[in-house]
Amino acid sequence: MQLLEFQAKEIFREYGISLLDSISSTNIEEGRKHAKQLGYPFVIKIQVPVGGRGKAGGIQKCQNDDEFDIKYPQVMDLEIKGEKARAILLEKMADIKKELYLSIFLNRSKRCYTIIASAEGGVEIESVKTQIIKEIGLGDVSDEVAREVAKEMGLEGKTAEGVADTLKKLSKLTIEKEAELVEINPLAIMQDDTVMALDGKFVTDDNANFRHDELQKYQERTEIEEQAEKSGFSLVELDGDIAVVGNGAGLVMSTLDMLSDNGGKPACFLDVGGGATTESVYEALTLISKLDRVKGILVNLYGGIVKTTVVAEAFLKAYENNLIDIPVFSRLKGTESEKAKEMLQGSRTNIFDSIEEAINAAVMGTKK
Amino acid sequence: MTDIFELLKGKPGDVDYEKKGVIVQGITGSYGSVHAKQMISYGTNVVAGVTPGKGGQKFEETVPIYNSMQEAVDVTNAKISILFVPAKFFLGAAKDALNSGIKLLVAIPEHVPIRDTMEALDLAKEKGAIIIGPNTPGIMIPELIKIGIMPPMPFKAGKIAVLSKSGTLLYEISDALTNAGFGQSITIGIGGDPVNGTRLIDAFEMVKDISDLEGLVIVGEIGGDSEEMLAQKIIDLGFKKPTVAYIAGRAAPKEKRMGHAGAIVMGTYGSAESKVSMFNKANIPVAKRPAEVPVLLAGKMEK
Repeated sequence: MQLLEFQAKEIFREYGISLLDSISSTNIEEGRKHAKQLGYPFVIKIQVPVGGRGKAGGIQKCQNDDEFDIKYPQVMDLEIKGEKARAILLEKMADIKKELYLSIFLNRSKRCYTIIASAEGGVEIESVKTQIIKEIGLGDVSDEVAREVAKEMGLEGKTAEGVADTLKKLSKLTIEKEAELVEINPLAIMQDDTVMALDGKFVTDDNANFRHDELQKYQERTEIEEQAEKSGFSLVELDGDIAVVGNGAGLVMSTLDMLSDNGGKPACFLDVGGGATTESVYEALTLISKLDRVKGILVNLYGGIVKTTVVAEAFLKAYENNLIDIPVFSRLKGTESEKAKEMLQGSRTNIFDSIEEAINAAVMGTKK
Repeated sequence: MTDIFELLKGKPGDVDYEKKGVIVQGITGSYGSVHAKQMISYGTNVVAGVTPGKGGQKFEETVPIYNSMQEAVDVTNAKISILFVPAKFFLGAAKDALNSGIKLLVAIPEHVPIRDTMEALDLAKEKGAIIIGPNTPGIMIPELIKIGIMPPMPFKAGKIAVLSKSGTLLYEISDALTNAGFGQSITIGIGGDPVNGTRLIDAFEMVKDISDLEGLVIVGEIGGDSEEMLAQKIIDLGFKKPTVAYIAGRAAPKEKRMGHAGAIVMGTYGSAESKVSMFNKANIPVAKRPAEVPVLLAGKMEK
């Protein structure tokens, strides 16, 4: 999961990384109290799990009560890349000399953690030419490596020490919390040459969740996502009107691509897992029946070891229980597909031999 | 580099040529037992199973079960193991296998923490062993040996190597290849995790020198830069065998994990565009649909 800025900063604080004073709130009354506590001037920052907040107007300076009453609701109502505000962070203004960049990420192809640092911070790192990149094995950063990175960033004295120290804390945190990415952008050099993390990004390895109860309070799931997880499914909600269901992440992604290529708009990505059983498909249909915007269901199952008749049974059961009243377009590959077709004759499920045909029918059948 | 064919088949003249022993870790579990049966019926020589506490029993009345990997390896001398334990127990089971002398470890479990995979990989490197997976469908030489969970129907012996991050897409695309008359010499499941024991580039190293190889199919998906690395390698080597790629996840939103732990685009890292453009640079056509793969491959062969 990707943490929000204020959540990442809670963890930074725990590890002794220097931060400006800040308080998060979820409504304006609460915010007003915090404003008094913090004192003007400060910055109002939207808390969303995506980047590009500044450009979208999600970070606003605030000098007094009048400005606060206008800007707090403005920022709160923003939607950035489809994400609504989860909270608002009020943070003291900083007197900055220079902005730097620092991160540790899991380098997947090199299969080790890697430091990226730059003397240019506050902008997207992809656009920065002078990146310092260092592979660090399973994540440990020695004093020597930390000092070297600071030196390569062109820093000296107190600032160099501050950056090296921050880097070491960042690596400790990466290892202990099993992060995939920890980023400080910008890491600011203040007028007195101390360094402070002005922003924070933190992505965890969800597969290590069972070892990190302390991170579970940050887990954010819709009711449907929670149910999907209980059933062992992967679900990603999207904003279209055709639900896409299949077995295997690759196959479902592929179906999503083909649907989009043909002008269809996926309502969700739902992977029921490698195998498919009567129960799992019925469960999937139950979940989808709870999504209001769905006008049709596109099913792409590669049965493999599973018989398609087993899947057909799930549909029949769903009709019997009046679970779904929208059309279903499905491609069932695997043994006994002729029999499965017969079973579903006259029902709301249309079976196709190829996924291409199923997609065409789904796009046509859900128009208007 | 260890010769994967030598590991899977042995050398002509070996007593166990084309009958290499395979140990199944977690053979009595619900998943392990189903697939152990499937592997045996495919012709894989399953010589032992390991389930702590069930030593002395027999699986399906024929395959002896041992309490530990060391025991199983000592008795059978097998060099290959397939692992079906829950993700939490992956690291312990993998260490057992590697420390007992296993040289090819196929790790089926999904949801293994990255740190555990990396630790297992460090040990594998030290021991000169190969890990395939985790979160892989496995590896197979069609009609000879299957070490994995793939259904048998899509595959047919032949001369095309298929490397895939995804399981069901491996079945889907192999099926399309088989129907078009392209059998497979070997198929290797890379797995859908962020960190893979055998990366696309390592799998490519395993297959690139097959003497009668007639083509290569790469089935990738969004996330990481494994595909880009492989494309660069193909350019650098001047590899000339007909090669076709497929990339899943073009329509996936950014910063969302699409089912596989590894299928996530962060910024531009891992995007489909980046992969497609690298393949284009390597003169490798990228299919828009799985069904298009054999068509593009046939086109490449005519040239």
